[in-house]
Amino acid sequence: MVVATRVLSYRQAINEALRLEMRRDPTVILMGEDVAGGATVEHIEQEGAWGGPLGVTKSLVSEFGRQRVLDTPISEAGFIGAAVGAAVTGLRPVAELMFVDFFGVCMDQIFNQGAKLRYMFGGKAKVPMVIRTMIGAGFGAAGQHSGCHYSVFAHMPGLKAVAPATPYDAKGLLIAAIRDDDPVMFFEHKMLYDVTGEVPEGDYIVPLGKADIKRQGSDVTIVAISRMVHVALQAAERLAVEGIDAEVVDLRTLSPLDEDTVLSSLAKTRRMVVVDEDNPRCSVAADIAALAVDKGFDYLDAPVKLVTAPHTPVPFSPPLEQFYIPSPERVIAAVREIV
Amino acid sequence: MDIPRERLLWIYERMALIRAFEDRVAQLFAAGKLPGFVHLYAGEEAIAVGVCAHLTDRDFITSTHRGHGHCIAKGVDVKAMMAELYGKATGVCKGKGGSMHIADVDKGMLGANGIVGGGPPIACGAGLTAKTLGTDHVAVCFFGDGAAEQGTTHEAMNLAAIWKLPVVFVCENNLYAESTPWTYHCAAPDIASRAAAYDMPGVLVDGTDVFAVYEAAGEAIARARRSEGPTLLECRAFRYYGHFQGDAATYRTAEEEASYRQRDPIQRFRQTVLSQGLLSEDELDAIDASVKRAIDEAVEFAETSPYPPPEECLTDVYVSYPAEQLAFRH
Ligand SMILES: Cc1ncc(C[n+]2csc(CCOP(=O)(O)OP(=O)(O)O)c2C)c(N)n1
Ligand SMILES: [Mg+2]
Repeated sequence: MVVATRVLSYRQAINEALRLEMRRDPTVILMGEDVAGGATVEHIEQEGAWGGPLGVTKSLVSEFGRQRVLDTPISEAGFIGAAVGAAVTGLRPVAELMFVDFFGVCMDQIFNQGAKLRYMFGGKAKVPMVIRTMIGAGFGAAGQHSGCHYSVFAHMPGLKAVAPATPYDAKGLLIAAIRDDDPVMFFEHKMLYDVTGEVPEGDYIVPLGKADIKRQGSDVTIVAISRMVHVALQAAERLAVEGIDAEVVDLRTLSPLDEDTVLSSLAKTRRMVVVDEDNPRCSVAADIAALAVDKGFDYLDAPVKLVTAPHTPVPFSPPLEQFYIPSPERVIAAVREIV
Repeated sequence: MDIPRERLLWIYERMALIRAFEDRVAQLFAAGKLPGFVHLYAGEEAIAVGVCAHLTDRDFITSTHRGHGHCIAKGVDVKAMMAELYGKATGVCKGKGGSMHIADVDKGMLGANGIVGGGPPIACGAGLTAKTLGTDHVAVCFFGDGAAEQGTTHEAMNLAAIWKLPVVFVCENNLYAESTPWTYHCAAPDIASRAAAYDMPGVLVDGTDVFAVYEAAGEAIARARRSEGPTLLECRAFRYYGHFQGDAATYRTAEEEASYRQRDPIQRFRQTVLSQGLLSEDELDAIDASVKRAIDEAVEFAETSPYPPPEECLTDVYVSYPAEQLAFRH
């Protein structure tokens, strides 16, 4: 069967995944601040106002109505907790936590409720919900709107964590996340919304827990997450000019982790650099390094190198923010050290 | 109401300075000179100024993402503020915070806040310090109508009430939280009446009338200084610009926006003081001119200031910590 594809942005791909799943399954609902926008404002009741601050959920309210696209008050603990409750009792809510940095406001509902109910109830409950949330620096949004923080969630038993880098993966992973019976954190990098790529029409799934090799190579494995996949690919192109052939592994799902893909790439190249925009301590990057040392020790011909953000909050000033974000130059320097 | 001449002049100067600052920031942002995003306070000047007229540098305020007006009313230097918005080393936070985290603890300004509902508990803490140390300082918590729905706001009001903290909660109800009307997000007919749940006075105030704000805030702050506990003021006003710069504000009609200007706080102040002969037209015009100069100078200062060196990213995280553990390895 030939499936038509066309070029969509990451933003459009996410919008389309939500639209298709809402058409397919009437128990899928959206909730969040201004996900439609303009609630009760007569001239805009039908089409909505914002569709989220960056327009990702735009126009979904026109098709599905305000019963299924719910604008919420600024009460994250309340509505994310309500998503947990709805999920346990028969809906498949997709809640939007506008910026991941706001998790502090509602973490109990995510961590002690959503993530643990099934376990504590002896496996009797399911919590099929998705929390979509924006991550990442580069927008000049400063200390409370620019973090990645997915490592915090990947740490927590009971949660799955997904961070797509391309429009194709964003659509397929979001559909998979909505259909999954466990709570899934879905991390959207705000600097990727305008990135475009081929996206098939209709529904398809990118399975959770499967990494993807975005570039084949033989000299070094660069494992990357979300926007850092693009940074790694840029670095790989430049390294190719020097005659270094890098393989780029896009992790795509942070929990569960695709250990097989990471380890078989390592077995091939025998060297590894991990590129992660999150803070470095107790992070996904550190976890990948631990995996390499633990289960891939015999493959390693050199130390594993981590290219991450520093152990600081995200600064506002543009030169400081650029310093904070891992760059292709830093990836190249790390590769040169071990190849 | 008896407001000394000096204070009337100060009130006008601060309101005019906020308006000029925000209008200029709007232009600079549109010209692509400012990174990130900015939330402008134009239209709400009477609230910050009417409240802060009763405060000294030793009193504290907590602010919101829409914090420039609170800073100016609290006396933060507009040059250092403008440099902060540019991300320059001479900024009031060395360029690390930007518009959304602009702060000056030396002036008792405990920060704009990127987290809606982040401020109210902090204000309780500042009030607790005053109470514990036995000073008569107060803490004022500015928060939006949208922030009124955040759990922290309710927890903070209850805490301030049971401990009789010298805190004044000032809800700036500008009718919207982003694109959401307050009548949708709030179940109660007004926010002020929620004070009853915490056994504190709740007062609904016209936030476009600086005299009304001044009077209500004066009572609430005096009550706090007398250790009689917190008060909730709900001040209604309008935000002239979109939620942030770039918001097309399709949820409001052009007529609605035009109607805001008919109750412009600065024009209302002018009319009142002129008709009552409290200040002269010349005095007010002179203030307008000096405000314009101050803003020109602030922009000049910001533009000619250097950016911080990149390694500045690694400082100020802790008071003490091994430096090599802050930096990345690659
Ligand atoms: C905890 C949290 N949730 C959501 C946001 C995103 N956000 C920023 S401002 C805003 C609306 C705030 O409305 P209001 O309190 O009425 O203040 P206003 O913008 O009207 O001054 C929202 C939802 C945030 N910054 N923090
Ligand atoms: Mg508001």
